[in-house]
Amino acid sequence: MQQFYKKIYDDPKFHELEGKRGKFSWCLALAVLVIYYAFILIIAFRPEIFAIPLSDNSVITWGIPVGVFVIIISFLLTGIYVWRANNEFDQIGQDLIEHHVKKSGTE
Amino acid sequence: MAKSCFLLLISLFAPGILFAADSISGNVVKQSVNSTAIIMFLVFVCATLGITYWAARRTRSRKDFYAAGGNITGFQNGLAIAGDYMSAASFLGISGLVFASGFDGLIYSIGFLVGWPIILFLLAERLRNLGKYTFADAVSYRLHPVRIRSLAACGTLVVVLLYLVAQMVGAGKLIQLLFGLEYHYAVVIVGVLMILYVTFGGMLATTWVQIIKAVLLLFGASFMALMVMEKMDFSFEMLFTRAINLHDKGLAIMSPGGLVSDPVSAISLGLALMFGTAGLPHILMRFFTVPNAKEARKSIFYATGFIGYFYILTFIIGFGAIVMLVNNPEYIDPEGGGIMGGNNMAAIHLAKAVGGEMFLGFISAVAFATILAVVSGLTLSGASAISHDLYASVIKHGKVHEGEEIKVSRIATICLGIAAIYLGIVFEQQNVAYMVGLAFAIAASVNFPILFLSMYWKKLTTKGAFIGGSLGLVTAVTCMILGPTIWVDILGNPEAIFPYKHPALFSMTAAFAGIYIFSVTDSRQEISDMETAFKDQYVRSQTGLGAEGSTQH
Repeated sequence: MQQFYKKIYDDPKFHELEGKRGKFSWCLALAVLVIYYAFILIIAFRPEIFAIPLSDNSVITWGIPVGVFVIIISFLLTGIYVWRANNEFDQIGQDLIEHHVKKSGTE
Repeated sequence: MAKSCFLLLISLFAPGILFAADSISGNVVKQSVNSTAIIMFLVFVCATLGITYWAARRTRSRKDFYAAGGNITGFQNGLAIAGDYMSAASFLGISGLVFASGFDGLIYSIGFLVGWPIILFLLAERLRNLGKYTFADAVSYRLHPVRIRSLAACGTLVVVLLYLVAQMVGAGKLIQLLFGLEYHYAVVIVGVLMILYVTFGGMLATTWVQIIKAVLLLFGASFMALMVMEKMDFSFEMLFTRAINLHDKGLAIMSPGGLVSDPVSAISLGLALMFGTAGLPHILMRFFTVPNAKEARKSIFYATGFIGYFYILTFIIGFGAIVMLVNNPEYIDPEGGGIMGGNNMAAIHLAKAVGGEMFLGFISAVAFATILAVVSGLTLSGASAISHDLYASVIKHGKVHEGEEIKVSRIATICLGIAAIYLGIVFEQQNVAYMVGLAFAIAASVNFPILFLSMYWKKLTTKGAFIGGSLGLVTAVTCMILGPTIWVDILGNPEAIFPYKHPALFSMTAAFAGIYIFSVTDSRQEISDMETAFKDQYVRSQTGLGAEGSTQH
């Protein structure tokens, strides 16, 4: 197995995959962190922002849709990642394995 | 005055409810025996024991026992993860928190949810590609197995035991309330059933208990939220307006109320929730039950959806409880003035208000089932840390017969079950709510840092991981003991030595700093060995080549 790992490691396509996925997953992770901590820090420092009603004749405050939005966006971001990883990234990984392991014919 | 009263109330309440009141705290009054609930619960027990019998006949190898043969689909695993994670207390505790203070309940729901995307983006596929049965497998891929597995097993067992005790005590009290059963009986029943599921049915039975429970809980909560909204003509405006008119705090329930007040605690709590989830051993173990990384990713997508949906429901349920229970003499405690059984009973009373005795019985049975599903997952994870990490790898250095390892994990399951029953009884009169908080803090400061850095940092050495992880553990426990929750509230000292309730910010810093310092100062040879080994690990974690259960060579 080690020989295959080495071959794949030396293939520039592997580093392309690794770079692409790394950038994508860190961006998404950062997005979740920023959204969540913005939410928490508003609550800690400026809670009155979330007490503003949506409109003059509504009792619903901004805090509620924003909170629900954080839940929904978390779910949607997982969906986006799964979709891209399961199609694009897995395909590149599979191609690398095909190319280096299966074609070389050794067991 | 009103504001300071409110803050006082909140500070009294916060430790109790907080970690989703993963335990029901305070004194409870035993209810009269509820026969509908008991019949429904018996149906659930018979069905799950039937599944356990079926699963036992399919559980032969180590892979069957720890990972259900690796044959669970992403969707099934998503449901099982949701079943593992949505505890009875997060159902009753969060809806109770919404009932008591409105908006603040949402803050906790969100905290419990946001760990999931992070697990997906940073950990799940690498973990699935590197590990076999426990997260320690992935950590010890290139680090020295004996030391690192001892630490990982220690992290696992501490988290599992703390979580388990909180669940057992909560279970005893809850069942006393719902079924009118004696506390001790309740604890013994939960302990014995969980031993049966795990010992005979292993991961396969545990998974199906969790799936069934998740479906029942999601169905029950959806029905309640739907009935509430139907009574409100499906208008949120009407639901909130009525709740504001009825609630003591009035308009204040629509905005943040001070549960998260000082920024250090807020950030520290946020870290514990987010990265603690990513370090819970019984959750991480679930990623090995699916055939590959693709399914592992899908399972988080589904789990996040189910858990998020569930938390939105608990928010509606909490507000529905305000509208339907406050001022309703049927549910008001004639002596105390609040609702009968305390705020954590809001969802249970609401079940009766919207669905009558039948539905109340159903929800009570679901709450019991929920506890069983959670404790089973915990016990299996603890047992695998003992048999797979400690016995097979540390003591026997990997030279162990498969049958023997399974036997050890079954014995470990029984011992953990007995320990859980014993501790559940010992801690009956104690406030155990801090235990779940501590479990999350330890998971975030021991398990998460070593797992994360073993996958992302090539210069990590065994010495660094071992010392840094141990530092995280010691810091989390010390800060918790010296902090307001234990030092003041439980031990009765006037002032806390460590001022914050949530140690994660400090213990995670200690862990990461310790790991960094002791890794970079390790011998040159060791560092360069690790860097070389990292390349192989890196390719495997990215492509899945050579991963457990993969079909290629």
